[in-house]
Amino acid sequence: MLQFLLRKILSGLVLTIVVTAVTFMLIFNNGTAIARQVLGQNATAEQVAAKVQQLGLDQPVLLQYFKWLGNLLQGDLGVSYFTNEAVTSVLATRIPVTLSLVLVSLFFTMLISVIVGVAAAVRGGWLDSTLQFVSVAGAAIPNFVIAIGLVFMFALTIPLFPATGYVAFDYDTAAWARSLVLPVLAVLIGAVANSAQQFRGAMLDVLGQDYIRTLRTRGIPDRHIIFRHALRNAASPGLTILSLQTIALMGGVIVIEQVFALPGMGVLIGSAALQGDIPAVMGDVLFIVIVVVVVNIIVDLVNGWVNPKARIS
Amino acid sequence: MSVENLTTPAAAVAAEEASTDKKSVLRLILKTPVGLASSIVLLAIVIFGASAPWLAPFDPGFTDLAQTNAPPFSGSFPLGGDASGRDILSRLMFATGSTLIAACVVLVVSLLLGASAGLVAGYYGGWFDSVASWVADVILALPGFALLIALYAVIGPNILVAMAVFGVLIAPSYFRLVRALVVNVRNELYVDAAKVSGLSDFRIISRHVLRAVRAPIIIQSSFVLGAGIGIQAGLEFLGLGDPTRPSWGGMLREAFNNIYLAGINVLWPALLVTVTILVFALLGNSIRDGLHAAGSRSHTLKAQALHQIQRDYTSSTPAPSRDAVTTAAQGGGADPHLSITDLVIGYPSSATTITEVVRGVNLDVQRGEIHGLVGESGSGKSQTAFSVLGILPKQALVLRGQVLYHGKNLLTDPGLQKSLLGKKIGYIPQEPMSNLDPTFTIGKQLVYGLRAVKDISRQQAKADLLKLLARVGINDPERTFNSYPHQISGGMAQRVLIAGAIAGDPEFIIADEPTTALDVTVQAEVLELLRELQRERQIGMILVTHNLGVVADICDRVSVMQHGRIVESNSAAELFASPQHEYTRMLLGATLDGSTLRDPLTSSPAQGA
Repeated sequence: MLQFLLRKILSGLVLTIVVTAVTFMLIFNNGTAIARQVLGQNATAEQVAAKVQQLGLDQPVLLQYFKWLGNLLQGDLGVSYFTNEAVTSVLATRIPVTLSLVLVSLFFTMLISVIVGVAAAVRGGWLDSTLQFVSVAGAAIPNFVIAIGLVFMFALTIPLFPATGYVAFDYDTAAWARSLVLPVLAVLIGAVANSAQQFRGAMLDVLGQDYIRTLRTRGIPDRHIIFRHALRNAASPGLTILSLQTIALMGGVIVIEQVFALPGMGVLIGSAALQGDIPAVMGDVLFIVIVVVVVNIIVDLVNGWVNPKARIS
Repeated sequence: MSVENLTTPAAAVAAEEASTDKKSVLRLILKTPVGLASSIVLLAIVIFGASAPWLAPFDPGFTDLAQTNAPPFSGSFPLGGDASGRDILSRLMFATGSTLIAACVVLVVSLLLGASAGLVAGYYGGWFDSVASWVADVILALPGFALLIALYAVIGPNILVAMAVFGVLIAPSYFRLVRALVVNVRNELYVDAAKVSGLSDFRIISRHVLRAVRAPIIIQSSFVLGAGIGIQAGLEFLGLGDPTRPSWGGMLREAFNNIYLAGINVLWPALLVTVTILVFALLGNSIRDGLHAAGSRSHTLKAQALHQIQRDYTSSTPAPSRDAVTTAAQGGGADPHLSITDLVIGYPSSATTITEVVRGVNLDVQRGEIHGLVGESGSGKSQTAFSVLGILPKQALVLRGQVLYHGKNLLTDPGLQKSLLGKKIGYIPQEPMSNLDPTFTIGKQLVYGLRAVKDISRQQAKADLLKLLARVGINDPERTFNSYPHQISGGMAQRVLIAGAIAGDPEFIIADEPTTALDVTVQAEVLELLRELQRERQIGMILVTHNLGVVADICDRVSVMQHGRIVESNSAAELFASPQHEYTRMLLGATLDGSTLRDPLTSSPAQGA
């Protein structure tokens, strides 16, 4: 098990390095474009050239990447081109916001998808047909459009929840929860529609397996068959869905934060990209990759726990 | 965003579907109401966008300050004016055109890259396959939307380039789809035949491979178009689009920032984005469902047809009652342990018709008797056996007949049937490895089963089961008990399943080809074991098999099934000595060599082909 864990962590590290390297190379291979973005479109060629030199963008890309990586190991992600604030301290204020949104959303996505997916697979009937229909619509409509719809409804007609803004968890937990209701809802609709549908498929697959039939003939009650045997076997594909959802979610929350004016990573990466504040952008990408990697490691561990075969492969 | 969702199993379902030609894909879309409606809406949106340069009432940049935030249908602007006093309708039309073009860029880039790489990787394999698969995996692990935003710093406000990059990011979804399909086709016999007959790779690919991948690619493309539009609108909503040109996301952004003054302006672009993406999703789904329905053999009966059919069967004269041969041959006691009478099982073959797979089976099993049920695959023998256990597939319809266990009809009393499972009736399945739950140790799943039917402690159950495992010939019961199914051999697994079937001390067992999946030597041992257990415990048994050698080994009586009917039923000795039915003679002829018959029968019948 320890070896399994080490292997997963190692592959996560490799992924982190590959993704940051690819992103870094793509962005930094054009130093002039960055300098122009920073200075604005009216800057003269000389100003741009000077800026390139000042920011060290004239060095070979690979060298710049290794520098970045080396600094990262010392906990330094550089300073913002605009505020001269350390990127790490900018991130520190924003990470809790985004993590709140992502983790709460993931938790409810999982919970609701499993319940709905299992119910639809086992019961069939109207519940199943409703899920089929809703999942097409829910998965297709971009979640920021849903978010706008929610703001429209709650901000303009029923002021039940705050439409925008964020309250820190340790400042006022109840207000924190209230400020997350609409953003989480906006994420959930699409994520649940997608995952529940997939989980239903996984569950149906398992319920059609020979061993389920055989277990039935042993006199084991249906609820045990479903919750003890089928659910555990459907967990593997279910967890794969979850890890894909996480990647999707990390993109999705960027726009969601924008809509609900949550001061998180999403808003940061958007404005940083607009300004050409590359150190902040890179810090943001790193954070996203780390979240994806960590969730994947957890998913693999849980998978290894429920599915003995996964431990060997 | 929904980038990554495209690679989840739902999209891959398409890979399993049969190939279809272009014409029939179009027909599939237009045949369903949803597909037809989606096509019409999509066509309307395309015309709406394409006609902008000619039909739009105003230039998208034209400003009339008097119309700032004007409500719809009020002034000279049909849908009102935006915060800068521009005509919303005209801007929507121009935005639609550019959105659709950008979506096509995504499609072309991802299709060209992904599909061609998938084609080569799937057809030729080798190093290219390994490298391309690895690259696809890496790209899939990238946080695509975040990366697109990050690249804005380099790309600048150029949505077409951004969408081309998105095309690259989404290309792995095509790659995986096409690669899987091509690998499948490549392994088909007709492709081998084409190779042998000397056709060039180019001919083979264009003739066989492309035809197989076309429909799945069309389905995938409709999802990719939808995703492209969603991503594009998202980017523009964040302000990462071209601010000088109207776009759906950009209009949403402006309207959203202005939501308290003119909330209604959010509605139009939101509606267009939603409807367009939905239309693509519905189109993809309707093609997929259409293909699925055309390719699958499972049907659902209409409620009305079901009632009609059930009425027909119950009212029709029951059973052209047991024919003379069967009744005479049944012999034995008047109170059989298990008695199946006039059993008819059917499956829907269309929305209004059914096909019978079991057509009026009569079968008596006496106490302590092993009754062989012999026939080819598809003869209905397993279906007959499953009906006793109540584990027929969901679609199966029991149309007539009774399954009497000690005189009580199980078919009309599913509660009773369930309560007998494990306690009175046991089941030994055919395929040992697929019949053990892979996620639990052997011991755990056996304990669950045993404790479901017997009120004993966990320790007691474990002790009993260890004894039982030793009894069924497992050398190291403790180790097997703690093993997972994938850690034991097929022969071991079959013994475990036998132990599982008899753990609750049943008095009747249904054994469905219990030795088919095993090696010949193990087969003999398992049969011997079954025979011993049956003698020890006086168990009645139905043994389903296609192997007359097995019957000769352990059965007391035999019923031969063909096309859902029992064509001959007799004691094993009689049947082997003088087979009455032509089909029985044929089966015997097919198995004569190599199988040793039981002692009294060594002077076996000389008939046979």
